[in-house]
Amino acid sequence: MNEVLVYIELQNEKIADVSLELLGKAQDLAKKTSAKCGAILIGNNIKNHHEILFQYGADTIYSTEDLSLKNYAPLPYTKTVCEIVEKSKPQIVLYGATVNGRDLAPRIASKLKVGLTADCTELQIGDYQKKKKGEIKNYKNILYQIRPAFGGNIIATIVSPDHRPQMATVRPGVMKVKKNDKTNSGKVVNIKTDIPQELLITEIIKTIKIEKNVDLNASSIIVAGGMGVGSKENFKLIHKLAKTLGGIVGASRAAVDANFINADHQIGQTGTTVQPKLYIAVGISGQIQHIAGMSNSNRIIAINTDKDAPIFQIANYGIVGDFNDVIPKLIKTFKTLKK
Amino acid sequence: MSYNIIVLAKQVPDTKNITGDAMKPDGTVNRIALPTIFNPEDLNALEEALKIKDEYGAKITVLTMGPPSAAEVLRQSLFRGADDVILLSDRKFAAADTLATSYVLSLAIKKIGKFDLIIGGRQAIDGDTAQVGPQTAEKLKVNQATCVNDIVELTNDSITVNRNTDHGSETIKTKLPILLTITAEANTPRPPSVKKTLTYKNALSLIEKNDYDEEYLKSNKKPFVIKNWDHKDINAKTERCGLTGSPTQVKKIENIVLETGNFKNIENSASGIKNLISELMSEHIIG
Repeated sequence: MNEVLVYIELQNEKIADVSLELLGKAQDLAKKTSAKCGAILIGNNIKNHHEILFQYGADTIYSTEDLSLKNYAPLPYTKTVCEIVEKSKPQIVLYGATVNGRDLAPRIASKLKVGLTADCTELQIGDYQKKKKGEIKNYKNILYQIRPAFGGNIIATIVSPDHRPQMATVRPGVMKVKKNDKTNSGKVVNIKTDIPQELLITEIIKTIKIEKNVDLNASSIIVAGGMGVGSKENFKLIHKLAKTLGGIVGASRAAVDANFINADHQIGQTGTTVQPKLYIAVGISGQIQHIAGMSNSNRIIAINTDKDAPIFQIANYGIVGDFNDVIPKLIKTFKTLKK
Repeated sequence: MSYNIIVLAKQVPDTKNITGDAMKPDGTVNRIALPTIFNPEDLNALEEALKIKDEYGAKITVLTMGPPSAAEVLRQSLFRGADDVILLSDRKFAAADTLATSYVLSLAIKKIGKFDLIIGGRQAIDGDTAQVGPQTAEKLKVNQATCVNDIVELTNDSITVNRNTDHGSETIKTKLPILLTITAEANTPRPPSVKKTLTYKNALSLIEKNDYDEEYLKSNKKPFVIKNWDHKDINAKTERCGLTGSPTQVKKIENIVLETGNFKNIENSASGIKNLISELMSEHIIG
């Protein structure tokens, strides 16, 4: 079978986390289709990344090095990646659903006239049967591109059976990296490009890096508050519990919209996707949009006054009660038992 | 100088007010069951075009693809200051994915002819794909800047914009013509003008005239006619339009089913909470 390729995104000359996550998934997909897994790496001065890509699962690296590819710009990048895809003829190409991944991938799909599914949260290999005008056509081992749609109210499985490569952008934070320290090398295919001057028209004048105050994926414990917390003042109790447990504070969109806390803390379909060891949902009713971002947490504790809140359906532990009463008890008990 | 601006707009179901009948069994949208609105970020795109018109002068053409009822977003555009509007409506365009949509839009833009800027919203709230803008730009062979939150400078042949990135923002300068996609942060869309609303309230596309008041059509007042283009008007190949022209297919739609894992009800009492904390500590989840 033809390869499964991952477009490697460089951000500030470093490989984006999502690209390594995708190499992890690409290995699975490649295995299921008896294929190899590869990386598309383009830029300038990029040889130092080869070793990492082999360690994280690439069998082959397709690489184009050129001074004109130093920074991301849609026109030269589209041309270069299309050339690599046309030469390597992969069955699947995956991109991180980052700002620039979602800028680049649609242009490539448009140029190659192939399908592209945006912002997938799961990828699988399976069979597909198409019925058209009484005719039945069967497809083996094609890519199921699974994503929430309609504002997160439904989950759609999309296929692109008749076109190759099958392409998808994938949300950062949902696939798991697979590192193999024993493999440091592999095949590198260098592909030359010739980028005409008329494609080099985007000039980056200034870059502003805003350090996010919170890295929700940095902690194994998240204490998240929702609308039920009621106010910014009340959120102090959420912060206190997080601090006691050595965790980090998260929030639902409703709590962010209500200005209880800033958007860096937002978890859900809009916001960050997390999978900590422990997720404590306080005053969060459990709308799909929120659950999409946290349901893969190892353990979920829900604290809510409404015993019928949907959050209890995905929780491992449910406490029906007022958080103003429950949280101080949790803190006190934890401190006592820890001694 | 005065600019020629094309704004891409979409009528979308209001996904914040979804009901159970939102999807048909074949996986396509059951539009009848949903209230429709002007896609929010497309209103930001229109506002950005209107700001340019206010400052430098511009001819703004708003383009939408959809069923006849999508003419409503074009009326809304006229109420706010658009100069011309075009409805791309044809049964052959139905059930298009982003690739087939960008094919139709790019042909319509070629028919309109001259443009300096094409401006659309970053993404539509029904699909959240953000793909149609870049795919259209590629078909027209023009440059793009996506996730734009500010147009910093505009000259006769160049543009400087600020765009969001994953870790902050960047300011880029490039040449015209260009396609921009605009985020909600860019501006606050103006409300419809009362005067323009009175002028255009009866603007209609001939394909939606059934929805219109017969008496009005019989009267001597001539309504503003919203142009409707079908696949023949833009020389589109039908095999590249709509469902037939869409490489992606919906295999399955599922309502999200919440998993019921091993659920333990913890009593809100000193002993209940003590047992919970002990269990989590013994499993090294906390502590």
